[in-house]
Amino acid sequence: MDIVINISSGLCLFVGSFLCLCGGVGMLRFPDFYTRMHAAGVTDTLGSAMILIGLMIISTGFLVFIKLVMILLLGILIGPTTSHVLAKAALHNGLEPLLGHQEEADNKETTSSNP
Amino acid sequence: MIIAATLAIFVAMILAIIRGIAGPTLYDRILAVNMFGTKTVLLISLLGFVMGRPEFLDIAIVYALINFISVIGVLRYSDSNEFKHTPANKESTEKEP
Amino acid sequence: MINIVILTLLVVIAIAIIRMKDLFAVVMLLGIYGLLSASFFVAMDAVDVAFTEAAVGAGISTLLMLVVISMTGRREITTRHKPLSALLVVAITGFLLIYGTLDMPYFGAADAPIHGHVAPRYINDSMQEIGVPNIVTSVLASYRAFDTFGEVVVIFTAGIGVLALLSVARRPEDPEQITVINDSMHKQHLVIRIVVKILIPFILLFALYVQFHGDFGPGGGFQAGVIFAAAIILYTMLFGLSTARTVINQSFIRLTAAIGVLVYGSVGLATLLSGGNFFDYDVLVNDPIAGQHLGILFIELGVGCTVAAVMIIIFFSFAARREIQLNNKNKESSSC
Repeated sequence: MDIVINISSGLCLFVGSFLCLCGGVGMLRFPDFYTRMHAAGVTDTLGSAMILIGLMIISTGFLVFIKLVMILLLGILIGPTTSHVLAKAALHNGLEPLLGHQEEADNKETTSSNP
Repeated sequence: MIIAATLAIFVAMILAIIRGIAGPTLYDRILAVNMFGTKTVLLISLLGFVMGRPEFLDIAIVYALINFISVIGVLRYSDSNEFKHTPANKESTEKEP
Repeated sequence: MINIVILTLLVVIAIAIIRMKDLFAVVMLLGIYGLLSASFFVAMDAVDVAFTEAAVGAGISTLLMLVVISMTGRREITTRHKPLSALLVVAITGFLLIYGTLDMPYFGAADAPIHGHVAPRYINDSMQEIGVPNIVTSVLASYRAFDTFGEVVVIFTAGIGVLALLSVARRPEDPEQITVINDSMHKQHLVIRIVVKILIPFILLFALYVQFHGDFGPGGGFQAGVIFAAAIILYTMLFGLSTARTVINQSFIRLTAAIGVLVYGSVGLATLLSGGNFFDYDVLVNDPIAGQHLGILFIELGVGCTVAAVMIIIFFSFAARREIQLNNKNKESSSC
Protein backbone atom coordinates (compact mmCIF):
# COMPACT_ATOMS: atom_id res chain seq x y z
CA MET A 1 0.00 0.00 0.00
CA ASP A 2 2.81 2.34 0.87
CA ILE A 3 4.62 1.72 -2.38
CA VAL A 4 1.44 2.28 -4.40
CA ILE A 5 1.01 5.69 -2.74
CA ASN A 6 4.63 6.65 -3.36
CA ILE A 7 4.63 5.56 -7.00
CA SER A 8 1.35 7.29 -7.88
CA SER A 9 2.45 10.48 -6.15
CA GLY A 10 5.80 10.36 -7.94
CA LEU A 11 4.05 9.84 -11.27
CA CYS A 12 1.75 12.83 -10.74
CA LEU A 13 4.69 15.02 -9.69
CA PHE A 14 6.70 13.92 -12.73
CA VAL A 15 3.86 14.69 -15.17
CA GLY A 16 3.23 18.04 -13.50
CA SER A 17 6.84 19.20 -13.57
CA PHE A 18 7.22 18.03 -17.19
CA LEU A 19 4.20 20.15 -18.15
CA CYS A 20 5.57 23.18 -16.31
CA LEU A 21 8.92 22.84 -18.08
CA CYS A 22 7.12 22.60 -21.43
CA GLY A 23 5.29 25.80 -20.56
CA GLY A 24 8.55 27.55 -19.79
CA VAL A 25 10.19 26.42 -23.04
CA GLY A 26 7.06 27.41 -24.98
CA MET A 27 7.22 30.91 -23.54
CA LEU A 28 10.66 31.33 -25.05
CA ARG A 29 10.11 29.72 -28.44
CA PHE A 30 6.67 30.80 -29.57
CA PRO A 31 6.57 33.72 -32.01
CA ASP A 32 3.65 35.81 -30.83
CA PHE A 33 1.98 37.03 -27.64
CA TYR A 34 -1.23 35.10 -28.20
CA THR A 35 0.57 31.81 -28.84
CA ARG A 36 2.74 32.38 -25.77
CA MET A 37 -0.41 32.82 -23.77
CA HIS A 38 -1.60 29.42 -24.91
CA ALA A 39 1.65 27.95 -23.62
CA ALA A 40 1.52 29.78 -20.31
CA GLY A 41 -2.18 29.37 -19.55
CA VAL A 42 -2.74 25.74 -20.50
CA THR A 43 0.43 24.28 -19.01
CA ASP A 44 0.22 26.44 -15.88
CA THR A 45 -3.22 25.22 -14.93
CA LEU A 46 -2.80 21.54 -15.74
CA GLY A 47 0.77 21.36 -14.40
CA SER A 48 -0.14 22.91 -11.09
CA ALA A 49 -3.20 20.63 -10.83
CA MET A 50 -1.01 17.55 -11.35
CA ILE A 51 1.61 18.69 -8.85
CA LEU A 52 -1.02 19.48 -6.24
CA ILE A 53 -2.73 16.09 -6.74
CA GLY A 54 0.67 14.45 -6.29
CA LEU A 55 1.16 16.34 -3.02
CA MET A 56 -2.36 15.51 -1.88
CA ILE A 57 -1.67 11.78 -2.13
CA ILE A 58 1.24 12.01 0.31
CA SER A 59 -0.24 14.67 2.58
CA THR A 60 0.23 14.13 6.28
CA GLY A 61 -2.95 15.42 7.91
CA PHE A 62 -6.54 16.37 7.26
CA LEU A 63 -5.96 20.13 7.43
CA VAL A 64 -3.05 19.91 4.97
CA PHE A 65 -5.24 17.94 2.56
CA ILE A 66 -8.05 20.51 2.78
CA LYS A 67 -5.66 23.38 2.15
CA LEU A 68 -4.21 21.66 -0.91
CA VAL A 69 -7.75 21.10 -2.23
CA MET A 70 -8.41 24.81 -1.75
CA ILE A 71 -5.24 25.81 -3.63
CA LEU A 72 -6.24 23.41 -6.43
CA LEU A 73 -9.75 24.83 -6.77
CA LEU A 74 -8.39 28.37 -6.67
CA GLY A 75 -5.82 27.57 -9.34
CA ILE A 76 -8.35 25.93 -11.65
CA LEU A 77 -10.71 28.88 -11.32
CA ILE A 78 -8.11 31.64 -11.61
CA GLY A 79 -5.87 30.29 -14.40
CA PRO A 80 -8.26 30.35 -17.39
CA THR A 81 -9.84 33.59 -16.15
CA THR A 82 -6.47 35.37 -16.16
CA SER A 83 -5.78 34.15 -19.71
CA HIS A 84 -9.14 35.44 -20.88
CA VAL A 85 -8.67 38.83 -19.22
CA LEU A 86 -5.15 39.25 -20.63
CA ALA A 87 -6.19 38.32 -24.18
CA LYS A 88 -9.23 40.60 -24.08
CA ALA A 89 -7.21 43.54 -22.79
CA ALA A 90 -4.49 43.03 -25.40
CA LEU A 91 -7.00 42.82 -28.26
CA HIS A 92 -8.91 45.82 -26.93
CA ASN A 93 -5.74 47.89 -26.81
CA GLY A 94 -4.79 47.09 -30.38
CA LEU A 95 -2.23 44.27 -30.28
CA GLU A 96 -2.82 42.32 -33.50
CA PRO A 97 -2.20 38.56 -33.60
CA LEU A 98 0.46 37.19 -35.93
CA LEU A 99 -1.29 35.35 -38.72
CA GLY A 100 -0.06 32.72 -41.21
CA HIS A 101 2.80 33.17 -43.66
CA GLN A 102 0.72 33.82 -46.77
CA GLU A 103 -1.29 36.57 -45.16
CA GLU A 104 1.73 38.09 -43.42
CA ALA A 105 2.82 39.87 -46.58
CA ASP A 106 -0.67 41.31 -47.00
CA ASN A 107 -0.63 42.47 -43.36
CA LYS A 108 2.66 44.30 -43.86
CA GLU A 109 1.42 46.15 -46.93
CA THR A 110 -1.84 47.37 -45.50
CA THR A 111 -1.39 48.57 -41.93
CA SER A 112 -5.04 48.64 -41.01
CA SER A 113 -6.18 45.19 -41.98
CA ASN A 114 -8.73 43.36 -39.92
CA PRO A 115 -9.38 39.82 -41.21
CA MET B 1 10.96 13.10 -6.35
CA ILE B 2 9.73 16.25 -4.61
CA ILE B 3 13.21 17.75 -4.85
CA ALA B 4 13.32 17.02 -8.58
CA ALA B 5 9.93 18.72 -8.99
CA THR B 6 11.24 21.73 -7.04
CA LEU B 7 14.21 22.05 -9.36
CA ALA B 8 11.96 21.78 -12.42
CA ILE B 9 9.71 24.55 -11.12
CA PHE B 10 12.79 26.68 -10.42
CA VAL B 11 13.99 26.26 -14.00
CA ALA B 12 10.53 27.21 -15.30
CA MET B 13 10.66 30.36 -13.15
CA ILE B 14 14.00 31.34 -14.65
CA LEU B 15 12.60 30.82 -18.17
CA ALA B 16 9.64 33.06 -17.28
CA ILE B 17 12.00 35.78 -16.03
CA ILE B 18 13.96 35.62 -19.29
CA ARG B 19 10.77 36.22 -21.22
CA GLY B 20 9.85 38.98 -18.81
CA ILE B 21 13.09 40.85 -19.46
CA ALA B 22 13.19 40.24 -23.20
CA GLY B 23 9.49 40.47 -24.09
CA PRO B 24 9.04 42.99 -26.88
CA THR B 25 5.57 44.13 -25.91
CA LEU B 26 4.11 45.18 -22.57
CA TYR B 27 1.69 42.25 -22.47
CA ASP B 28 4.52 39.71 -22.74
CA ARG B 29 5.91 41.14 -19.53
CA ILE B 30 2.56 40.98 -17.75
CA LEU B 31 2.17 37.36 -18.86
CA ALA B 32 5.67 36.56 -17.61
CA VAL B 33 4.99 38.09 -14.19
CA ASN B 34 1.72 36.15 -13.94
CA MET B 35 3.46 32.88 -14.78
CA PHE B 36 6.21 33.69 -12.27
CA GLY B 37 3.56 34.16 -9.61
CA THR B 38 1.84 30.85 -10.35
CA LYS B 39 5.16 29.00 -10.24
CA THR B 40 5.95 30.70 -6.95
CA VAL B 41 2.75 29.29 -5.44
CA LEU B 42 3.83 25.80 -6.48
CA LEU B 43 7.38 26.39 -5.23
CA ILE B 44 6.16 27.46 -1.80
CA SER B 45 3.89 24.40 -1.51
CA LEU B 46 6.72 22.05 -2.53
CA LEU B 47 9.19 23.75 -0.18
CA GLY B 48 6.71 23.35 2.62
CA PHE B 49 6.66 19.61 2.05
CA VAL B 50 10.43 19.37 1.66
CA MET B 51 11.14 21.27 4.87
CA GLY B 52 8.38 19.49 6.78
CA ARG B 53 6.44 22.65 7.72
CA PRO B 54 2.92 22.59 6.34
CA GLU B 55 2.25 26.15 7.52
CA PHE B 56 3.64 27.38 4.23
CA LEU B 57 0.37 26.44 2.53
CA ASP B 58 -1.28 29.54 4.03
CA ILE B 59 1.35 31.68 2.31
CA ALA B 60 0.70 29.79 -0.94
CA ILE B 61 -3.04 30.60 -0.80
CA VAL B 62 -2.34 34.24 -0.05
CA TYR B 63 0.14 34.51 -2.86
CA ALA B 64 -2.24 32.94 -5.39
CA LEU B 65 -4.87 35.54 -4.46
CA ILE B 66 -2.41 38.43 -4.53
CA ASN B 67 -1.12 37.36 -7.95
CA PHE B 68 -4.66 37.30 -9.32
CA ILE B 69 -5.54 40.69 -7.83
CA SER B 70 -2.35 42.26 -9.18
CA VAL B 71 -2.99 41.07 -12.74
CA ILE B 72 -6.59 42.30 -12.59
CA GLY B 73 -5.35 45.62 -11.24
CA VAL B 74 -2.76 45.98 -13.99
CA LEU B 75 -5.30 45.30 -16.68
CA ARG B 76 -7.94 47.52 -15.16
CA TYR B 77 -5.69 50.55 -14.78
CA SER B 78 -3.91 50.31 -18.12
CA ASP B 79 -6.94 51.58 -20.02
CA SER B 80 -5.53 55.04 -20.59
CA ASN B 81 -4.11 56.30 -23.87
CA GLU B 82 -0.52 55.65 -23.03
CA PHE B 83 -1.01 51.93 -23.10
CA LYS B 84 -2.64 51.83 -26.51
CA HIS B 85 -0.70 49.57 -28.80
CA THR B 86 -0.75 51.44 -32.13
CA PRO B 87 1.36 50.03 -35.00
CA ALA B 88 3.72 53.00 -34.70
CA ASN B 89 4.18 52.08 -31.07
CA LYS B 90 4.84 48.50 -32.05
CA GLU B 91 7.55 49.44 -34.54
CA SER B 92 9.30 51.67 -32.05
CA THR B 93 9.38 48.90 -29.44
CA GLU B 94 10.69 46.43 -32.01
CA LYS B 95 13.52 48.74 -33.01
CA GLU B 96 14.86 48.92 -29.46
CA PRO B 97 17.38 46.15 -28.68
CA MET C 1 24.15 30.01 -0.04
CA ILE C 2 20.55 30.74 -0.98
CA ASN C 3 20.76 33.95 1.04
CA ILE C 4 23.60 35.22 -1.14
CA VAL C 5 21.66 34.42 -4.34
CA ILE C 6 18.52 36.20 -3.13
CA LEU C 7 20.45 39.21 -1.84
CA THR C 8 22.32 39.55 -5.13
CA LEU C 9 19.02 39.43 -7.02
CA LEU C 10 17.62 42.11 -4.70
CA VAL C 11 20.59 44.40 -5.41
CA VAL C 12 20.28 43.81 -9.18
CA ILE C 13 16.56 44.59 -9.16
CA ALA C 14 17.12 47.69 -7.01
CA ILE C 15 19.68 49.03 -9.48
CA ALA C 16 17.29 48.26 -12.37
CA ILE C 17 14.46 50.11 -10.56
CA ILE C 18 16.60 53.23 -10.14
CA ARG C 19 17.88 53.28 -13.70
CA MET C 20 14.66 52.60 -15.60
CA LYS C 21 12.62 55.46 -16.95
CA ASP C 22 9.44 53.57 -17.78
CA LEU C 23 7.40 53.79 -14.59
CA PHE C 24 5.16 50.87 -15.47
CA ALA C 25 8.12 48.49 -15.63
CA VAL C 26 9.33 50.00 -12.36
CA VAL C 27 6.02 49.10 -10.68
CA MET C 28 6.26 45.52 -11.96
CA LEU C 29 9.83 45.30 -10.68
CA LEU C 30 8.70 46.61 -7.30
CA GLY C 31 6.20 43.75 -7.15
CA ILE C 32 8.97 41.24 -7.90
CA TYR C 33 11.16 42.96 -5.27
CA GLY C 34 8.44 42.44 -2.66
CA LEU C 35 8.14 38.79 -3.66
CA LEU C 36 11.91 38.25 -3.38
CA SER C 37 11.91 39.86 0.07
CA ALA C 38 9.13 37.46 1.10
CA SER C 39 11.20 34.48 -0.13
CA PHE C 40 14.21 35.85 1.76
CA PHE C 41 12.16 35.89 4.94
CA VAL C 42 10.96 32.33 4.24
CA ALA C 43 14.59 31.25 3.79
CA MET C 44 15.36 32.81 7.19
CA ASP C 45 12.44 30.81 8.67
CA ALA C 46 10.35 33.90 9.57
CA VAL C 47 6.98 32.81 8.27
CA ASP C 48 4.78 35.54 9.79
CA VAL C 49 6.89 38.32 8.32
CA ALA C 50 6.93 36.62 4.91
CA PHE C 51 3.14 36.43 5.05
CA THR C 52 2.76 40.14 5.72
CA GLU C 53 5.39 41.10 3.13
CA ALA C 54 3.73 39.00 0.43
CA ALA C 55 0.31 40.52 1.14
CA VAL C 56 1.37 44.15 1.52
CA GLY C 57 4.51 44.53 -0.57
CA ALA C 58 3.54 42.45 -3.57
CA GLY C 59 -0.18 43.16 -3.53
CA ILE C 60 -1.50 46.38 -2.09
CA SER C 61 1.54 48.54 -2.85
CA THR C 62 1.55 47.46 -6.50
CA LEU C 63 -2.15 48.31 -6.84
CA LEU C 64 -1.78 51.73 -5.25
CA MET C 65 1.23 52.57 -7.42
CA LEU C 66 -0.69 51.49 -10.53
CA VAL C 67 -3.56 53.83 -9.68
CA VAL C 68 -1.02 56.64 -9.22
CA ILE C 69 0.80 56.13 -12.51
CA SER C 70 -2.46 55.83 -14.37
CA MET C 71 -3.07 59.36 -13.14
CA THR C 72 0.34 60.93 -13.52
CA GLY C 73 1.81 59.38 -16.63
CA ARG C 74 4.15 56.67 -17.67
CA ARG C 75 7.45 58.40 -18.32
CA GLU C 76 9.75 59.74 -15.68
CA ILE C 77 10.77 63.35 -16.20
CA THR C 78 14.55 63.53 -16.19
CA THR C 79 16.09 66.20 -13.99
CA ARG C 80 18.48 68.64 -15.58
CA HIS C 81 20.93 69.33 -12.77
CA LYS C 82 23.21 66.81 -11.16
CA PRO C 83 22.58 66.71 -7.40
CA LEU C 84 26.18 66.41 -6.24
CA SER C 85 25.73 67.99 -2.80
CA ALA C 86 22.85 65.61 -2.04
CA LEU C 87 25.04 62.68 -3.07
CA LEU C 88 27.77 63.87 -0.69
CA VAL C 89 25.37 64.17 2.26
CA VAL C 90 23.90 60.71 1.59
CA ALA C 91 27.36 59.15 1.29
CA ILE C 92 28.56 60.68 4.57
CA THR C 93 25.39 59.61 6.41
CA GLY C 94 25.61 56.09 5.03
CA PHE C 95 29.25 55.82 6.02
CA LEU C 96 28.47 56.98 9.56
CA LEU C 97 25.61 54.47 9.86
CA ILE C 98 27.75 51.56 8.68
CA TYR C 99 30.52 52.66 11.03
CA GLY C 100 28.00 52.64 13.87
CA THR C 101 26.93 49.07 13.18
CA LEU C 102 30.50 47.75 13.38
CA ASP C 103 30.20 47.76 17.15
CA MET C 104 27.16 45.51 17.20
CA PRO C 105 27.55 41.74 17.71
CA TYR C 106 27.41 39.53 14.64
CA PHE C 107 24.06 38.35 13.33
CA GLY C 108 23.18 35.16 15.21
CA ALA C 109 26.22 35.16 17.50
CA ALA C 110 25.62 33.04 20.57
CA ASP C 111 26.97 35.54 23.07
CA ALA C 112 24.90 38.53 21.98
CA PRO C 113 22.84 39.96 24.85
CA ILE C 114 19.58 39.30 23.03
CA HIS C 115 20.35 35.61 22.83
CA GLY C 116 21.49 35.48 26.42
CA HIS C 117 18.54 36.91 28.28
CA VAL C 118 15.58 37.97 26.16
CA ALA C 119 15.12 35.18 23.62
CA PRO C 120 15.46 32.22 26.04
CA ARG C 121 12.91 33.85 28.35
CA TYR C 122 10.41 34.11 25.50
CA ILE C 123 11.08 30.65 24.09
CA ASN C 124 11.07 28.83 27.43
CA ASP C 125 8.33 30.61 29.31
CA SER C 126 5.90 31.61 26.62
CA MET C 127 3.85 28.43 26.70
CA GLN C 128 3.35 28.43 30.50
CA GLU C 129 2.76 32.13 30.90
CA ILE C 130 0.54 32.78 27.91
CA GLY C 131 -0.53 29.42 26.54
CA VAL C 132 -0.43 30.33 22.85
CA PRO C 133 1.57 27.98 20.56
CA ASN C 134 2.71 30.67 18.11
CA ILE C 135 5.56 32.51 19.87
CA VAL C 136 5.48 35.39 17.38
CA THR C 137 1.88 36.15 18.32
CA SER C 138 2.61 35.90 22.03
CA VAL C 139 5.58 38.28 21.76
CA LEU C 140 3.73 40.72 19.52
CA ALA C 141 0.44 40.73 21.36
CA SER C 142 1.33 40.18 24.98
CA TYR C 143 4.97 40.75 25.89
CA ARG C 144 5.36 43.77 23.59
CA ALA C 145 1.74 44.85 23.41
CA PHE C 146 2.65 48.49 23.97
CA ASP C 147 4.87 48.57 20.85
CA THR C 148 2.07 47.01 18.81
CA PHE C 149 -0.24 49.72 20.14
CA GLY C 150 2.19 52.26 18.72
CA GLU C 151 2.12 50.47 15.34
CA VAL C 152 -1.68 50.52 15.22
CA VAL C 153 -1.75 54.24 16.05
CA VAL C 154 0.81 54.88 13.29
CA ILE C 155 -1.37 53.05 10.76
CA PHE C 156 -4.41 55.02 11.91
CA THR C 157 -2.45 58.29 11.58
CA ALA C 158 -1.49 57.33 8.02
CA GLY C 159 -5.19 56.87 7.26
CA ILE C 160 -6.00 60.28 8.75
CA GLY C 161 -3.17 61.83 6.75
CA VAL C 162 -4.47 60.43 3.47
CA LEU C 163 -7.98 61.59 4.32
CA ALA C 164 -6.76 65.08 5.16
CA LEU C 165 -4.80 65.42 1.93
CA LEU C 166 -6.84 63.57 -0.63
CA SER C 167 -10.46 63.41 0.42
CA VAL C 168 -12.99 64.98 -1.88
CA ALA C 169 -16.44 66.21 -1.01
CA ARG C 170 -18.74 64.16 -3.21
CA ARG C 171 -22.28 64.94 -4.01
CA PRO C 172 -24.34 61.75 -3.88
CA GLU C 173 -24.79 60.19 -7.29
CA ASP C 174 -28.28 59.53 -8.53
CA PRO C 175 -29.10 55.82 -8.77
CA GLU C 176 -29.77 56.03 -12.53
CA GLN C 177 -26.22 57.06 -13.26
CA ILE C 178 -24.89 54.31 -11.04
CA THR C 179 -26.86 51.68 -12.95
CA VAL C 180 -25.70 53.13 -16.28
CA ILE C 181 -22.05 52.85 -15.24
CA ASN C 182 -22.72 49.40 -13.84
CA ASP C 183 -24.34 48.15 -17.06
CA SER C 184 -21.56 49.41 -19.29
CA MET C 185 -18.95 47.81 -17.09
CA HIS C 186 -20.97 44.63 -17.06
CA LYS C 187 -20.82 44.41 -20.85
CA GLN C 188 -17.12 45.06 -20.87
CA HIS C 189 -15.97 42.82 -18.04
CA LEU C 190 -18.61 40.08 -18.05
CA VAL C 191 -16.54 36.93 -17.47
CA ILE C 192 -14.26 38.35 -14.83
CA ARG C 193 -17.20 39.84 -12.90
CA ILE C 194 -18.94 36.50 -12.53
CA VAL C 195 -15.75 34.73 -11.49
CA VAL C 196 -15.00 37.45 -8.93
CA LYS C 197 -18.53 37.20 -7.54
CA ILE C 198 -17.79 33.55 -6.77
CA LEU C 199 -14.36 34.31 -5.31
CA ILE C 200 -14.98 37.26 -3.00
CA PRO C 201 -16.90 35.43 -0.22
CA PHE C 202 -14.08 32.89 0.01
CA ILE C 203 -11.44 35.58 0.27
CA LEU C 204 -13.38 37.24 3.09
CA LEU C 205 -13.75 33.88 4.85
CA PHE C 206 -10.04 33.25 4.43
CA ALA C 207 -9.31 36.62 6.03
CA LEU C 208 -11.40 35.63 9.05
CA TYR C 209 -9.59 32.27 9.19
CA VAL C 210 -6.18 33.99 9.20
CA GLN C 211 -7.34 36.38 11.92
CA PHE C 212 -8.41 33.71 14.36
CA HIS C 213 -5.80 31.09 13.43
CA GLY C 214 -3.01 33.50 14.31
CA ASP C 215 -2.60 31.83 17.69
CA PHE C 216 -1.60 28.48 16.17
CA GLY C 217 0.01 29.23 12.84
CA PRO C 218 1.22 32.21 10.85
CA GLY C 219 -1.36 34.95 10.79
CA GLY C 220 -2.85 37.48 13.10
CA GLY C 221 -4.50 40.85 12.85
CA PHE C 222 -2.24 42.60 10.33
CA GLN C 223 -2.34 39.91 7.68
CA ALA C 224 -6.08 39.37 8.09
CA GLY C 225 -6.78 43.09 7.71
CA VAL C 226 -4.73 43.29 4.51
CA ILE C 227 -6.48 40.27 2.95
CA PHE C 228 -9.89 41.68 3.85
CA ALA C 229 -8.98 45.00 2.26
CA ALA C 230 -7.69 43.19 -0.84
CA ALA C 231 -11.10 41.54 -1.31
CA ILE C 232 -12.90 44.88 -1.06
CA ILE C 233 -10.40 46.49 -3.46
CA LEU C 234 -11.02 43.69 -5.97
CA TYR C 235 -14.73 44.38 -5.76
CA THR C 236 -14.17 48.12 -6.22
CA MET C 237 -11.95 47.67 -9.26
CA LEU C 238 -14.47 45.59 -11.15
CA PHE C 239 -17.81 47.02 -10.09
CA GLY C 240 -17.00 50.71 -10.02
CA LEU C 241 -16.35 53.15 -7.21
CA SER C 242 -19.96 54.38 -6.98
CA THR C 243 -21.36 50.87 -6.50
CA ALA C 244 -18.69 50.12 -3.91
CA ARG C 245 -19.59 53.27 -2.01
CA THR C 246 -23.23 52.23 -1.80
CA VAL C 247 -22.17 48.78 -0.60
CA ILE C 248 -19.65 50.06 1.98
CA ASN C 249 -20.59 53.32 3.57
CA GLN C 250 -17.77 55.88 3.88
CA SER C 251 -18.61 56.92 7.42
CA PHE C 252 -18.86 53.28 8.51
CA ILE C 253 -15.31 52.63 7.32
CA ARG C 254 -13.94 55.69 9.10
CA LEU C 255 -15.80 54.67 12.24
CA THR C 256 -14.33 51.15 12.01
CA ALA C 257 -10.80 52.50 11.79
CA ALA C 258 -11.32 54.57 14.93
CA ILE C 259 -13.10 51.76 16.78
CA GLY C 260 -10.15 49.41 16.16
CA VAL C 261 -7.73 51.73 17.92
CA LEU C 262 -10.24 52.39 20.69
CA VAL C 263 -10.79 48.66 21.33
CA TYR C 264 -7.04 48.18 21.59
CA GLY C 265 -6.66 51.07 24.00
CA SER C 266 -9.64 50.14 26.11
CA VAL C 267 -8.20 46.66 26.73
CA GLY C 268 -5.22 48.43 28.28
CA LEU C 269 -7.52 50.70 30.23
CA ALA C 270 -9.52 47.71 31.51
CA THR C 271 -6.31 46.09 32.79
CA LEU C 272 -5.40 49.34 34.56
CA LEU C 273 -8.82 49.58 36.18
CA SER C 274 -8.64 45.94 37.29
CA GLY C 275 -5.48 46.58 39.23
CA GLY C 276 -2.64 45.40 37.01
CA ASN C 277 -0.11 47.17 34.79
CA PHE C 278 -0.99 48.63 31.41
CA PHE C 279 -1.66 45.69 29.05
CA ASP C 280 -1.10 43.10 31.76
CA TYR C 281 -3.77 40.63 30.70
CA ASP C 282 -3.45 38.38 33.74
CA VAL C 283 -5.89 40.48 35.76
CA LEU C 284 -8.73 40.54 33.24
CA VAL C 285 -10.46 37.38 34.46
CA ASN C 286 -9.75 35.02 37.36
CA ASP C 287 -7.52 32.58 35.48
CA PRO C 288 -4.31 34.19 34.12
CA ILE C 289 -4.13 31.97 31.01
CA ALA C 290 -7.78 32.68 30.14
CA GLY C 291 -7.09 36.36 30.71
CA GLN C 292 -4.18 36.25 28.28
CA HIS C 293 -6.29 34.54 25.64
CA LEU C 294 -9.10 37.07 26.05
CA GLY C 295 -6.72 39.99 25.87
CA ILE C 296 -4.95 38.70 22.77
CA LEU C 297 -8.32 38.02 21.09
CA PHE C 298 -9.52 41.58 21.63
CA ILE C 299 -6.38 43.35 20.56
CA GLU C 300 -5.99 41.25 17.41
CA LEU C 301 -9.59 42.15 16.58
CA GLY C 302 -8.73 45.83 17.03
CA VAL C 303 -5.64 45.52 14.84
CA GLY C 304 -7.56 43.72 12.09
CA CYS C 305 -10.35 46.32 12.04
CA THR C 306 -7.99 49.27 11.86
CA VAL C 307 -5.67 47.81 9.20
CA ALA C 308 -8.55 46.76 6.91
CA ALA C 309 -10.37 50.08 7.28
CA VAL C 310 -7.25 52.20 6.67
CA MET C 311 -6.28 50.26 3.54
CA ILE C 312 -9.82 50.68 2.18
CA ILE C 313 -9.77 54.41 3.00
CA ILE C 314 -6.45 54.91 1.18
CA PHE C 315 -7.60 53.04 -1.92
CA PHE C 316 -10.96 54.82 -2.06
CA SER C 317 -9.25 58.22 -1.79
CA PHE C 318 -6.84 57.41 -4.63
CA ALA C 319 -9.61 56.01 -6.84
CA ALA C 320 -11.87 59.01 -6.19
CA ARG C 321 -9.11 61.40 -7.26
CA ARG C 322 -8.51 59.38 -10.41
CA GLU C 323 -12.21 59.42 -11.23
CA ILE C 324 -12.34 63.19 -10.90
CA GLN C 325 -9.32 63.55 -13.16
CA LEU C 326 -10.94 61.31 -15.79
CA ASN C 327 -14.20 63.26 -15.57
CA ASN C 328 -12.36 66.53 -16.09
CA LYS C 329 -10.53 65.13 -19.10
CA ASN C 330 -13.79 63.91 -20.61
CA LYS C 331 -15.43 67.27 -20.07
CA GLU C 332 -12.49 69.06 -21.69
CA SER C 333 -12.39 66.78 -24.70
CA SER C 334 -16.15 66.96 -25.19
CA SER C 335 -16.33 70.73 -24.89
CA CYS C 336 -13.35 71.51 -27.16
